Amino acid sequence: MRASESTQLLEPLIYDLSAPGRIGVNLPECDVPESPLPTELLRADLALPEVGEVQVLRHFVKLSQLNYSIDQGLYPLGSCTMKYNPKVNEDAARLPGFAQLHPLTDEDGAQGALYLMHELQRWLGEISGFDAVSLSPAAGAQGEFAGILMIRQYHIDRGERQRDIILVPNSAHGTNPATVTMAGMTVRELPSNDQGNVDMAALHAACEGELRDRIAGMMITVPSTLGLFESTILEVIAAVHDAGGLMYMDGANMNALMAVIKPGELGFDVMHYNLHKTFSTPHGGGGPGSGAVGVNEKLRPYLPGPIVGIIEEGDPNPKPLTQQEEEVSPLSNELANSPSLLLAGEGAEGWGEAEAPLYGFVMPEKSIGRMKAFHGNFGMHLRAYAYIRVYGDSGIRDVTRYAVLNANYLRAKLMRTYTAPYPRYCGHEFVLEGHVDNVDEVHALDISKRLMDYGFHPPTNYFPLIVPEALLIEPTETEVKEDLDAFVEAMEAIAAEARADPQILLKAPHTAPVRRLDEVRAVKELVLCCAPALPVGAS
Amino acid sequence: MSYIPHTPAETENMLAEIGARTIDELFDAVPVSHRFPALNLPPPMSEMEVAAEMLAISEANDHGQDYAVFRGAGAYQHFIPSVVNHILLRGEFYTAYTPYQPEVSQGTLQATYEYQSMMCALTGMDAANASHYDGATSLAEAVTVALEVTRNKRKKVILSHAIHPQYREVVRTYHQGRDIRIIGDRGRGEIVDLMEMIDENTAMIAVQYPNFFGQIDELSDLAQAARKSGALLVVVANPMALSLLKSPGELGADIVVGEGQPMGIPLGFGGPYLGYFAIRQRHVRKIAGRIIGETEDADGRRAFVMTLRPREQDIKRERATSNICTNQGLMALSASVYMALMGKNGMRRVGELNYHKAHYAAQQIHRLDGYSVDMSKPFFNEFVVACPRPVSRINEALLEEGMIGGYDLGQRYFHLQDHMLLCVTEVNAKDEIDRLVEVLGGLS
Repeated sequence: MRASESTQLLEPLIYDLSAPGRIGVNLPECDVPESPLPTELLRADLALPEVGEVQVLRHFVKLSQLNYSIDQGLYPLGSCTMKYNPKVNEDAARLPGFAQLHPLTDEDGAQGALYLMHELQRWLGEISGFDAVSLSPAAGAQGEFAGILMIRQYHIDRGERQRDIILVPNSAHGTNPATVTMAGMTVRELPSNDQGNVDMAALHAACEGELRDRIAGMMITVPSTLGLFESTILEVIAAVHDAGGLMYMDGANMNALMAVIKPGELGFDVMHYNLHKTFSTPHGGGGPGSGAVGVNEKLRPYLPGPIVGIIEEGDPNPKPLTQQEEEVSPLSNELANSPSLLLAGEGAEGWGEAEAPLYGFVMPEKSIGRMKAFHGNFGMHLRAYAYIRVYGDSGIRDVTRYAVLNANYLRAKLMRTYTAPYPRYCGHEFVLEGHVDNVDEVHALDISKRLMDYGFHPPTNYFPLIVPEALLIEPTETEVKEDLDAFVEAMEAIAAEARADPQILLKAPHTAPVRRLDEVRAVKELVLCCAPALPVGAS
Repeated sequence: MSYIPHTPAETENMLAEIGARTIDELFDAVPVSHRFPALNLPPPMSEMEVAAEMLAISEANDHGQDYAVFRGAGAYQHFIPSVVNHILLRGEFYTAYTPYQPEVSQGTLQATYEYQSMMCALTGMDAANASHYDGATSLAEAVTVALEVTRNKRKKVILSHAIHPQYREVVRTYHQGRDIRIIGDRGRGEIVDLMEMIDENTAMIAVQYPNFFGQIDELSDLAQAARKSGALLVVVANPMALSLLKSPGELGADIVVGEGQPMGIPLGFGGPYLGYFAIRQRHVRKIAGRIIGETEDADGRRAFVMTLRPREQDIKRERATSNICTNQGLMALSASVYMALMGKNGMRRVGELNYHKAHYAAQQIHRLDGYSVDMSKPFFNEFVVACPRPVSRINEALLEEGMIGGYDLGQRYFHLQDHMLLCVTEVNAKDEIDRLVEVLGGLS
């Protein structure tokens, strides 16, 4: 049956709800004298739907109900860190002082936002052991791009333009090699050994062979994309540094490292953070992300800008209050009224009665440039700020400790039913082989689809590429033991089903809003826009 | 422990299952010399304290609830219907991930497909992707597409100087590793000058519509010149202006990109915003970013799925043309809900309100001694005002009176010292505009 004839539509398209003359919003009358419109410049028609407010609301509510989300349950999607997104952060993001702040507000009028960004830069630097942080990249992939552009420019400035090779392990996220190409550099892939670590012989061969003078650096994920801490990481870093290259750390897995190690102290030169993974900002159905980037002194001048700096130091010795009242900046006034800041410890140093410093945007001296308009995804910065503030100095390590506990617990229980290829403790995630013994027709994908029927989002499938039928599982620290146990039971039940009747898996899901999709047809017919919206004359 | 639910008894039980004595033992592969550093962070805070601190910090900003905003320059204050935020707060939308598993992501997928469709309607294109980070990065990605479409044989990219200065900076950041020449942004930005720069080595020419100074340029001749030489015409368009104006597609554009922020997304100090990207479908296989397509499930029901996946970084790796692996999913949803609520007639009405209010303000200001407004070309909701004194002084005075004045063009354009780019939208009531005119008049 053709889709257009189907009587079982999940929800009609918004265009199908349209009736001429309807409108979903009440707009005010024009309160100024009208000016003649330039008729020769105007469009004849605008093919948007015409739908009432209630229908629009219900349409999108119904669509929302077709999704699975963290707010509904465990979302063990490896390498994506699907942790709880605190609700108080959503409230904060909607405060008018943030939501209605124009990005080109004069710096005097944006001291609150600049203070917040400055603190977040410092905190992220502290968590990762880096000297400077730029919040401007819009997502992790953009942070990677910034990092590789910095490495490139660093070598050019040292007269080593020939350094154009970035080493990338074959277990890497696809963004790593794609980033290198975007920056106009060359990827050299490194094999992994049977432990899932970088093959040291291959690394040494690359760093000490004829390509030595072309090595610009290496990108590596820690813990690895298999969720394993590479015990040889210090040796890897030393080998690349010896060859004159710089070390890039893909920070996607930072949830396994907070207050456990500082990548900057290990010897990394640059890394990106995923605020939407480690620091709980919502994934939003695929974005927005936020991909701050941290560097050591070597790369500090190259950071993408602008970053927030202190333009004028505050007065660390507060004047007597009577004298100060006239001169105090509006910010310190506002903050002094906040009881929480007066209670705050060293994070709020310089606040309260002392005169606040003046914050402003600065462009690093040899900056690789601007990654996007304005200054990063500020809405994500403020959520990450609130998140770090809640855990604070003594709590942030618990995020990592319990993320790693949950992952090892799941791994220990699931190993009874499935094969876990690397026999050692994992970090915040681990990989299973997604097959069931003696049932060869069942693949990782089938297990994943069947999990939907048990009410769970599937793990990441077929990544990392170096494990056949990989299921990459990352529970995160916010999941409660009962839910982890329920997931294990589902996985065990699925293995039993596979042995009894593999068709149950091969045809799954059975209870999701739709069954498996015809992805070939989507490519072949390529319908990307519904007919009523197409311009006249388009095919 | 904040958002961590474990009781001590559960932790013990879990460790026993693992066969470890302590949680710390799980980190035995981490080099001991670097294990467990102390962090110099502030102490933990309760939710109550965090909420109070966030409020205090937010109120240390001059924001649109306390001030009348007359600043645009790439970020615009518009009315956002209440329904938009209520939909955005559905956890099913904002706490979901990329729809890699389409069977449990039809909500995100269909909403994004509808977004693509409505962007096609606005821009006059027949394909759109699921979005890029913002308008500036959309333009940078358009450059990559133009180079690909012209098979990397053409090395010249023309960017009008009347494109947002930061957008042009971002294009340069993105393409610093490439062997191409980016020109055009030192000239006057007049369309005739740009036409003269097009040659057989030109991959694309980009203009902004309305341009950075608010003016609406006539684009048909430029489109013709680009087509004749085989270069692509890329138009950076304000979607709010497209509510009234002829679509770039109708005028001959090959790619239309821009900032979707005006449609339901708050100013938010510059992000997250929405980089929309629309293109002629014949080039769609060259573009980066997620694309949602229609298909059927095993029962023949219409459903939606991420399509043309082999272009993307996780499959193509070093042969991908972009590393992008997110879209501005939630912001695209904002724009979808906004466009659905406004619809055909509401969009037009909002566009007219912007037009009338901006023209009323421009006419009033033009009458003031010492001020003049450039009305040589048609404009939408932004216009350039020549001022009798430095813009920074004027803005200080406006701020005292509860208004955030225009963007100081002298910061970026040397020949426009003492020129202000003013923006007036439907949210600026007549009495606000009159007050603006009054205060400006007092500063002549």
